[in-house]
Amino acid sequence: MMPVLLWTDLLVFLLIACGIGAGAYVSRREYLLASWRRVGESRAGMASLTLLLAFVAVGLLDSLHYRPRLEAANGQPAGGYGSEVRSALDALLLPLKTRTEKTYSAPLATHLYAKETVELADGSQARVFPRLKHGGAHLEDAEAEWSRDVVLRILRGLALAVLAGPTFAALAVLAAARRWGMNWQAAWRRIRRGESRFAWDAVLLTLAALLLLVGPAISLAGGYHVFGTDKVGQDVLYLTLKSIRTGLVIGTITTLAMLPFAVALGIAAGYLGGWVDDLIQYLYTTLNSIPGVLLIAASVLMVQVLIDTHPAWFATAAQRADARLLALCLILGVTSWTGLCRLLRAETLKLRELEYVQAAQAFGASAARIMGRHVLPNVMHIVLIAVVMDFSGLVLAEAVLSYIGIGVDPSTISFGTMINTARLELAREPVVWWSLLAAFVFMFVLVLAANLFSDTVRDAFDPRVAGRRSASSAQEPAA
Amino acid sequence: MLAYIVRRLLYAIPILVGVNLLTFTLFFVVNTPDDMARMQLGIKRVTPEAIDKWKAERGYDKPLLFNGAADGGAKLTRTIFFEKSVRLFVLDFGRADDGRDIGHEIKTRMGPSLAIAVPVFVLGLFVTVSFALMLAFFRATYLDFWGVVACVAMMSISSLFYIIGGQYLVSKVWHLVPISGYAGGLDAARFLLLPVIISVVAGIGSSTRWYRTIFLEEIGKDYVRTARAKGLSEQAVLFRHVLRNAMIPILTGVVVVIPLLFMGSLLVESFFGIPGLGSYTIDAINAQDFAVVRSMVFIGSVLYIAGLLLTDLSYTLVDPRVRLQ
Repeated sequence: MMPVLLWTDLLVFLLIACGIGAGAYVSRREYLLASWRRVGESRAGMASLTLLLAFVAVGLLDSLHYRPRLEAANGQPAGGYGSEVRSALDALLLPLKTRTEKTYSAPLATHLYAKETVELADGSQARVFPRLKHGGAHLEDAEAEWSRDVVLRILRGLALAVLAGPTFAALAVLAAARRWGMNWQAAWRRIRRGESRFAWDAVLLTLAALLLLVGPAISLAGGYHVFGTDKVGQDVLYLTLKSIRTGLVIGTITTLAMLPFAVALGIAAGYLGGWVDDLIQYLYTTLNSIPGVLLIAASVLMVQVLIDTHPAWFATAAQRADARLLALCLILGVTSWTGLCRLLRAETLKLRELEYVQAAQAFGASAARIMGRHVLPNVMHIVLIAVVMDFSGLVLAEAVLSYIGIGVDPSTISFGTMINTARLELAREPVVWWSLLAAFVFMFVLVLAANLFSDTVRDAFDPRVAGRRSASSAQEPAA
Repeated sequence: MLAYIVRRLLYAIPILVGVNLLTFTLFFVVNTPDDMARMQLGIKRVTPEAIDKWKAERGYDKPLLFNGAADGGAKLTRTIFFEKSVRLFVLDFGRADDGRDIGHEIKTRMGPSLAIAVPVFVLGLFVTVSFALMLAFFRATYLDFWGVVACVAMMSISSLFYIIGGQYLVSKVWHLVPISGYAGGLDAARFLLLPVIISVVAGIGSSTRWYRTIFLEEIGKDYVRTARAKGLSEQAVLFRHVLRNAMIPILTGVVVVIPLLFMGSLLVESFFGIPGLGSYTIDAINAQDFAVVRSMVFIGSVLYIAGLLLTDLSYTLVDPRVRLQ
């Protein structure tokens, strides 16, 4: 196989590198660690983080792209690479990806959703629901064996989960026991009773719930289409898993693209003042005064024209779709940096009057050094809060933009494109509801987890909340 | 006061010039009119004559900024920049790709957009402020806790789900109101009921939570303690003191969107087939009608700037400490 590095992959890996770097930076500074410990103590925060990490794992697998080697066929020797770009997730889910049906089929169905005219053995024709090519194909007599088979598979999946669960739990307990310097029985007791500071119990409970859902899903996916199939017979479970990467990329790369602008301009405007401030304020007022959707629409339309009139720029369809995804992220970034920029400017205006900044000025430190060494670290909590708060909004925005027709490329699998193709199916009789519901449920879980986690981070880092917390803890002994 | 308004209006001019330059760059410099013509006519098998005809029909066959072939003042006026961008300032929007006058379309479509946006705005504000007050009244109880949980859950649901789900349940399964469409006069109520309710419900989560935070911040202040110390009941404190003072931060977010109500809602209007400006914009985006998109961008920024001005003026009404000069 030949590895392919798409632009968004590159940025995803860059983001992870930044994350690791930031982790190393934080771990050496006690005052930052203290805030993160407060995040770790929150049960809701840790439960949602566990869910988010599961989503991120899927998204990362889907970011390792390659072009598979062509197999020898039609007398041509093997060698060369197909134009199709696959990801590690595709390789894992190859059965789901390749086992397509003719058209709609309901979740766990054995028969197609629409009647078809088929020729019977005796030569006559009849309108029947034909059997699926793959879903439940292992059953001889579908009607009689179906319920038994499904129940058996669910039980097998649960058994798998029950076996896998304690492995994770044991790892967590051993890690905690080593850290606390006690034997594992004592550590387990402490976790079970919820006495540990880090919310181990929430992490383990979320993992258990996740395993209990994933186990049966894996075992059922071996023989059925767990979430049914869509109009062209693609497995809906496969589509939803592929959508996760698109959502995550839009939620994170957009922020990554906007951060340098927002931080640099915001701090410069606040610290330097004068004409720099006027210029930057003019810039963001102008951008802000165009309603966001319209600016995005105008920019995306233009990028679309640019991509469509230059087909030679892209070697494969995947690279073209990826360029459009990246462009969407950059456009969303350009239209959404103004809020953060304004916050940073206001905070910098406050900070530059403080004594330590004046002391630095008296020592003769340059403006760039003061902004970088003295102002920036002290506004990082605002940046962090903005980043985590923006994420869920961006994931939701992707679906809306794709519906309007200014989102990702129609060939990119995303929650938006899934909803867009599925919404007309509600008008069918009988209703095709599964692909719509699958997209909405996955999106809901992702956004809910992101919202809960961002609330936890905000509570831990926002000095106003921290002030309230210390005030209330000071009152407690008196009460 | 009048001097202040005039000065603010003068400030708006450079911003509108900036908006205009930005859209001009996006629509004519990043992609030349040739690119757009090729895109509209199909990339392959397009003759130079067809491109020239397409450009001439739409008035894109002139130089971008400076027309050397013309005489005198026409050197500057017979250009794309002057004809397409500068004319927006006198609200001359030109024609859409289908030949209709954009200004006329906007006038006729404003009515339906307002018919849906105004009830959503008023009702939504009333409902969310009431909910937020209720949560603030029962703060630190189970009602408050589960109310916040419900808000977070509701704001995590895609707005598409509210629309698609509501439309399916109410119109298709229960047959209570028509699925989509619009009629003039009082008949419109039948068509507007569902979209208005859905829009209000979709907005409850995030707004309620935001207003609750504002109320709680206000409740912690000294004057509230004084009011309680005077022996006022909790209701009197909440409605007469907290609500009125919390209106100042609430106004910041609310007044600025009032002029934008004219633009309508993209999603709701297109799902319910309401012939307002929102669905006009979506149709233009799907048909890649750049003239319409450009006009909407300009109107949107004019309305936004009007909203900012209104916000500042509204402060003087609710907060006697604010003096504009």
